[in-house]
Amino acid sequence: MTLFLQLDFAALLAAVMACLACGLLGNLLLLTRQSLLGDAVSHAVLPGLVLGFAVTGTRATLPMVLGAMVAAVAAALLIALVRRLARLEAGAAMGVVFSGFFALGLVMMELTGARAVDLDVDCVLYGQLEALIWPAATGPASLLDPAALAELPVETRILAGVLALVVAGLALLWKELRLVAFDPGFAASIGFAPRRISLVVLVLVSVACVAAFWAVGSILVIAALVAPPAIARLLTDDYRRQFLFSALAALAMGGGGHGAAIGVPALLGLEFGLNAAGMMAVVAALMLAAAWTASPLRRRVNSATASPRDLQPTASIR
Amino acid sequence: MIEPALELRNLSVAYREAAVLRRVSWAAPASGLTAIVGPNGAGKSTLLKASLGLVPRLTGEALFFGQPLSAVRRRVGYLPQRASVDWEFPATALQVAAMGRYPRAGWFRPLPRAELERARAALAEVGMADFAERQIGQLSGGQQQRVFLARALALEADLYLMDEPFAGVDAATERAIVEVLHRLAREGRAVVAVHHDLATVAEYFTEVCLLNGELVAAGPVATTFTPENLARAYGGRLPMLDRPVPRTEPGAEPAWAAA
Repeated sequence: MTLFLQLDFAALLAAVMACLACGLLGNLLLLTRQSLLGDAVSHAVLPGLVLGFAVTGTRATLPMVLGAMVAAVAAALLIALVRRLARLEAGAAMGVVFSGFFALGLVMMELTGARAVDLDVDCVLYGQLEALIWPAATGPASLLDPAALAELPVETRILAGVLALVVAGLALLWKELRLVAFDPGFAASIGFAPRRISLVVLVLVSVACVAAFWAVGSILVIAALVAPPAIARLLTDDYRRQFLFSALAALAMGGGGHGAAIGVPALLGLEFGLNAAGMMAVVAALMLAAAWTASPLRRRVNSATASPRDLQPTASIR
Repeated sequence: MIEPALELRNLSVAYREAAVLRRVSWAAPASGLTAIVGPNGAGKSTLLKASLGLVPRLTGEALFFGQPLSAVRRRVGYLPQRASVDWEFPATALQVAAMGRYPRAGWFRPLPRAELERARAALAEVGMADFAERQIGQLSGGQQQRVFLARALALEADLYLMDEPFAGVDAATERAIVEVLHRLAREGRAVVAVHHDLATVAEYFTEVCLLNGELVAAGPVATTFTPENLARAYGGRLPMLDRPVPRTEPGAEPAWAAA
């Protein structure tokens, strides 16, 4: 037990919290057809990482996380601005901004010499979940010991804070978020500023992406944003259950992926461990397939059987 | 004097370079039913959206009951086009109708049960009480339109801006909407609705605003909704009517006003 707490607990906790924070917010992106935002954010953080490194001269986690968050939020705001000013559809605006930020990051990397000391590409792609350990744990009692909990890796603690922020934001703005996601025009007409609420969502997504990205890498972040909401969407037409099911899927994805990374090689008698972040994406994909199989027939054939009334031109004289 | 429900002063709107509305000055009466009529691309929906500040105005202003919208928001209700939202959204008819009570509930807290009951009553008025818990994607087009109407009614506004309330609805829904319009008019409220069906303008509305990028004519249906004005609004391409425009006698009262 102590060994589990020391070697696996911090990583498992980080994986589950990353999937939860991203998965919950992903619902809002899915429902407003902006799921690719996570992809944009994960690319856009690069200049922030380089900047954090250049300013402090170390690869300490905190300054680089802060730099990444600043870059992610700046990219998110810029996407909103480009959409409004250039009247581009969301996908195009995201594509322009995140590739621009990524390129800027590469240039900065060369200019500041960060490349020479190797800003670890593997870490950016797959995260460093395996590196999260909790040597301060001495037994189950450590779970309730503030002093021991304070010794958890900084990535895990940041994720806990971000998850709390996400849950608080969703709870506080529960009906407002639903209103703005469903009908921003009506929301504006009754004085519930949809732009400001969308910006809050953008900022929350950016912050959650960066915090999760550090623990689990840029590939898994996208899976964590998209897969749990997509799984839930196949299983329910109820707004509350959409969030509940996505949270359960995120839990299963984080825990199951982490477990599979340890368990599958042991089962097959392999000499090496599997990458936990990668296994989470695999678990999520399997769950998505299972959800599709289990989903009511109606959802699957929905698009093929749109009500004939919807296809008729409006009854009017033109 | 009674302030007009909606007054536009020199309103112009452009998307990119193309002007959609040019210098429209017009006042909707303080109560009663007004149709906005004009060809496709005449800026009818844009006029409603620009009034509400949903699209940026190039010039001009919109006054509601003589004041800017922010001062009288509670008295103004908007019914967007049905096609403007994604009906696959995971929400029930009641949850959508309840959005009409959000201004009463305010920010940062769940909707009180009493407000939810008001939303349920609004659904009942449009004959949708039995569908309250139904996901909106499972409703027919006409039923979806009634849910939107219920949401607008839940606002209890004094002026309603309705964007094509009759578009693509079945006969039963059309009758239900007309009944609601008559109720609103009887109570002295004002409705300004974008309307496509020229054949029913005189039957459903008392005032008309003919639009074609700019204001063509506005006034009582009896005197303004004439073939000559229609020809001007439609640029000579007067659409074929499947029945002649009923020529109401000047001064004739519509059915609901006598009730």
